[in-house]
Amino acid sequence: MEASKVIHAIYTDDDVLMSAVKKVKAEKHHIEEIYTPFPVHGLDKAMGLAPTRIAITAFMYGLVGLTVAITMMNFIMIEDWPQNIGGKPSFSYLENMPAFVPIMFELTVFFAAHLMVITFYLRSRMWPFKEAENPDPRTTDDHFLMEIAVHGNEKELESLLAETGAVEVNLVDKEAH
Amino acid sequence: MYTFSNKLKTFSIVLMVLGLLGVGYGFITSHKSFEEVEHLLEVEEAHHGGHGDVAGHATATAGHATDSHGEKAHGDAGHQGEDAHKEHVEHVMHQIHNRPWSALYVAAFFFMMIALGILAFYAIQIASQAGWSPVLFRVMEGMTAYLLPGALIVLAIAIFAGDHLFVWMNPDMVNPESEHFDKLVAGKSGWLNKTGFIIRGLIFIAGWSLYRHFSRKFSIAQDTAEDKSNFKKSFRIAAGFLVFFIYTESMMSWDWIMSVDPHWFSTLFGWYVFASMFVSGITVLSLITLYLKSKGQLEFVNENHLHDVAKYMFAFSIFWTYLWFSQFMLIWYSNIPEEVTYFVTRFSDYKLPFLGMVVMNFVFPILMLMNADYKRIPWFVVMAGLVILAGHYIDIFNMIMPATVGDRWFIGIPEISSILLFAGLFIFIVFTALTKAPLLVKGYPFRKESEEFHY
Repeated sequence: MEASKVIHAIYTDDDVLMSAVKKVKAEKHHIEEIYTPFPVHGLDKAMGLAPTRIAITAFMYGLVGLTVAITMMNFIMIEDWPQNIGGKPSFSYLENMPAFVPIMFELTVFFAAHLMVITFYLRSRMWPFKEAENPDPRTTDDHFLMEIAVHGNEKELESLLAETGAVEVNLVDKEAH
Repeated sequence: MYTFSNKLKTFSIVLMVLGLLGVGYGFITSHKSFEEVEHLLEVEEAHHGGHGDVAGHATATAGHATDSHGEKAHGDAGHQGEDAHKEHVEHVMHQIHNRPWSALYVAAFFFMMIALGILAFYAIQIASQAGWSPVLFRVMEGMTAYLLPGALIVLAIAIFAGDHLFVWMNPDMVNPESEHFDKLVAGKSGWLNKTGFIIRGLIFIAGWSLYRHFSRKFSIAQDTAEDKSNFKKSFRIAAGFLVFFIYTESMMSWDWIMSVDPHWFSTLFGWYVFASMFVSGITVLSLITLYLKSKGQLEFVNENHLHDVAKYMFAFSIFWTYLWFSQFMLIWYSNIPEEVTYFVTRFSDYKLPFLGMVVMNFVFPILMLMNADYKRIPWFVVMAGLVILAGHYIDIFNMIMPATVGDRWFIGIPEISSILLFAGLFIFIVFTALTKAPLLVKGYPFRKESEEFHY
């Protein structure tokens, strides 16, 4: 990560990019980052990225939501002031549970969805007024950019990348974020 | 081509024979006379101690007046104690007589609905031009082969059982002269009469079987066809069938299931039965697919297909629960006496099956099949599938039994033998049908996509 210089290889086709990634991985070079204008199916697998765990967090957030709903309804409707409202049994939580199910369901979904989205923002470091980390604005339109750290092997890397079908190979100083 | 292994054939025949013996045993042992039932009740009372007096019987009988034994609400205080006693014994005797019929009917319906559910699933796959499922089409077509015999058996049992299952089939109930006259049932006799029941049943079965026949025919013809005309025809009849299906399925569920409680009605009942049949059908599809794959017959089916089928099992388990709960909660919430008795009988006499099926059909699948990795493991899907199937058998059990045998239910020899009988028949017919055609559709336009399906 301390490499001061990186190579930016630019591609114009996602299929070419995919095969380039496989070649670069086969040569055991470390790919720092890839910038694409749209999700490229299978890119994460080719890069060898670890699978996301966000679904697991969502499941746990859902359980939190369910607990909040049950605790809240139990306290308000059963413990704090067990009124007789239209003859509904308020003697225990179970007896009146069917009436609470819509709230239990919605809060489970609410917590799971919102907390998962917030987790996603935090983990991907996204927020309003955040400075964009884009090395080349063309990657938001129709270009793909692969960033590889350089450890004194520029020549070898440049020729390898040119071979993979890169339309541009630039050696640049890495800005500190 | 698949060959029906001798082992499996013998197994299915053994199931049928065992089932038949058990069903016969159920009919013989349930044939109890008035005196025998009277004696049985005395023995039971001696055991239970408590509510031994005749007045207790009278109220018990009155409580059961809405269910189905051809008896009008009695239990007036003015009645003689002897009458109340006689009525109670007769009531119990009817329940005991109804049991083997109901056990047979529940099992017959359960296996019929698997075939019907998968027929609807098949039509949806074709009408939506799904790209993942064509490799499973032949398994689905094999399963739907059970529909025609299965549905005819259900209808035949319904007609032969008569008022053992459908109280409104008792002519006394609509005869104003009779002491069993029931004004509510008589008011519905425009729909609930035996002739109409049979005609409607035959129309449903004819429509479903016609679709099954032609979709199968076009599917086989497409294998060797030069062009795609068979595929187009298949697409058109699938769309037409789905419209026909959703009307007839709804009416079928009123006729064949809801009318066991002729005093009760529910608007989303057709959907609820549909959800049950759909999820059981897909579950059996996954089981048969895994079985055939384990025998090396379906190399072109991979774990991605299994993943998709398991997703359907998962999603439709939740859909079933949604409808089950919507029906239950609306009735529980408003608590209108004329409709709430349905759940009162189920909750007081069927607590374990009623709540147990929610665990088996909802809690279990939602926890087992939520993880994407688990949906790709065959034995995991099989375990979840077996629980889902058992759960939906209990679902049908809970629909029929409370109306026919009341609190005299048990899952014993008559019930289990009936399951064995129809399971054997189902396996025999389905696997025989599977041998009739190659297990991979050849000329179907989406075959290639399906073979290379990857999730």
